[in-house]
Amino acid sequence: MSSHSAQTSEAPTYNYDVVRSFALATILWGIVGMGMGVLIAAQLVWPELNDFFQPYSHFGRLRPLHTNIVIFAFGGCALFAASYFIVQRTCQAALFGGPLISFTFWGWQLVIVAAAITLPQGYTSTKEYAELEWPIDILITLVWVAYGIVFFGTIVKRKSPHIYVANWFFGAFIITVALLHVVNSIVVPVSFMKSYSVYSGAMDAMIQWWYGHNAVGFFLTAGFLGMMYYFVPKRAGRPVYSYQLSIVHFWALISLYVWAGSHHLHYSALPDWTQSLGMVMSLILLAPSWGGMINGMMTLSGAWHKLKTDPVLRFLVVSLSFYGMSTFEGPMMAIKTVNALSHNTDWTIGHVHSGALGWVAMISIGAIYHLLPILAGRKEMHSVKLINVHFWLATVGTVLYVAAMWVNGIGQGQMWRQFNADGTLTYSFIQAVEFSRPGYFVRFLGGALFLSGMFIMAYNAIRTMKFEVQPEKSKATPQAA
Amino acid sequence: MDINTLRSAATVLVAIAFFAVCWWAFSPSRRKQFEEAAQLPFADEPNEESIATDSADETKN
Repeated sequence: MSSHSAQTSEAPTYNYDVVRSFALATILWGIVGMGMGVLIAAQLVWPELNDFFQPYSHFGRLRPLHTNIVIFAFGGCALFAASYFIVQRTCQAALFGGPLISFTFWGWQLVIVAAAITLPQGYTSTKEYAELEWPIDILITLVWVAYGIVFFGTIVKRKSPHIYVANWFFGAFIITVALLHVVNSIVVPVSFMKSYSVYSGAMDAMIQWWYGHNAVGFFLTAGFLGMMYYFVPKRAGRPVYSYQLSIVHFWALISLYVWAGSHHLHYSALPDWTQSLGMVMSLILLAPSWGGMINGMMTLSGAWHKLKTDPVLRFLVVSLSFYGMSTFEGPMMAIKTVNALSHNTDWTIGHVHSGALGWVAMISIGAIYHLLPILAGRKEMHSVKLINVHFWLATVGTVLYVAAMWVNGIGQGQMWRQFNADGTLTYSFIQAVEFSRPGYFVRFLGGALFLSGMFIMAYNAIRTMKFEVQPEKSKATPQAA
Repeated sequence: MDINTLRSAATVLVAIAFFAVCWWAFSPSRRKQFEEAAQLPFADEPNEESIATDSADETKN
């Protein structure tokens, strides 16, 4: 991968190579990670599917692999691609960092491959979303520092005195994820693939969910809001509704999110006041979340007719709707009395996926569909019709998934809390499992629909990129497109 | 000093910080600056269009 070439006098020659690599990796890892998700969803309907290659094929080993690949491989590559593209375009400067740029790509791919090798073998730190063992953690840190240097180095090179708001969100995402990852991953290694956390007991739980919730807040929210603030205005053809609101949105969101993690530990050994603090902060968090969502939606005022013809904009708008929905649902579930019903049920899984499929995946898919034609030097994707097909598969798949988990979750919560007059439980656990089976099947179906959309995207992407390869670009303008 | 004094002070400070951010963002003196910043996604657009038409010609050939 060659890095950026000499700048022309007018506009710089952007480094699109690394953006292209990350964009295509996003699609590949999307298929792998969501395929893994469909497999483990099927295992919950048909348990015998656990046994095809024991112990590596067991749900308990594949589930962390699914979460790691969809969050860090699919979501991560989408964030790398979008941030590298947006920071160059809004700063009007080529990427800074020379060899560090391709190091971030290959280093990140190595992390993903290492995860795929070690997790099925049972190497895990057992910390949710931070399962990878210490040698891989060190590699992640190195890649992330390089990412920071490339990103902030490019911002320093910018032509305009302003730093566009999307870059503020990407910057906060990079800094906070570095902090979270390093603090939560401090361990004492005892052998090459085994380590013990330096924290213990309730402290360990609190640090873990400070990490876990901010992985949601900064990896899965702030970074993707950066995408939103660029691609929605770009696609709607008008600047963001209120730039001032976006500034208040930014500061309010990043200063509130870090306090909400303890809502994952309601009714646990955590001090009661810490739980209540997490609940209150989660409720306040609704305000900046909806501020951002409304800001994105209002950007379309006067451009709503574009939704009729532009399925990419449809992806972006529906992702914002799901963002609004899940950031309403989240604070509600953080209320302790609601959490008493929802905790440990499938409602949580439904909530996560309304965010992960509806918000994160949809906005990433929209962003990649916007990027691919530019990276291939074309006006449009190979087939706009297929984007529309993908849009409907993704939307119907998400709705099926989320609805099934709502029904399952509320049903499970209600069954678990029914008591007989003599104080014994009305339902045994297995009765709640039996009740859940139809919902598990609908969830499998929804996931399969979403995955099939990703295959259509891959086909469309290959056809789009192929045209770029055939006519050999003249050497006078390397990577101008 | 009671720990609750510190907690109350923190709440007041955060509230002040929030109003300060709002004042900073919405003060009329910075309005023009933010309007410029909001245009940044479109700042290099002519460039992209020329590239797009160039490569469209290439594919026709």
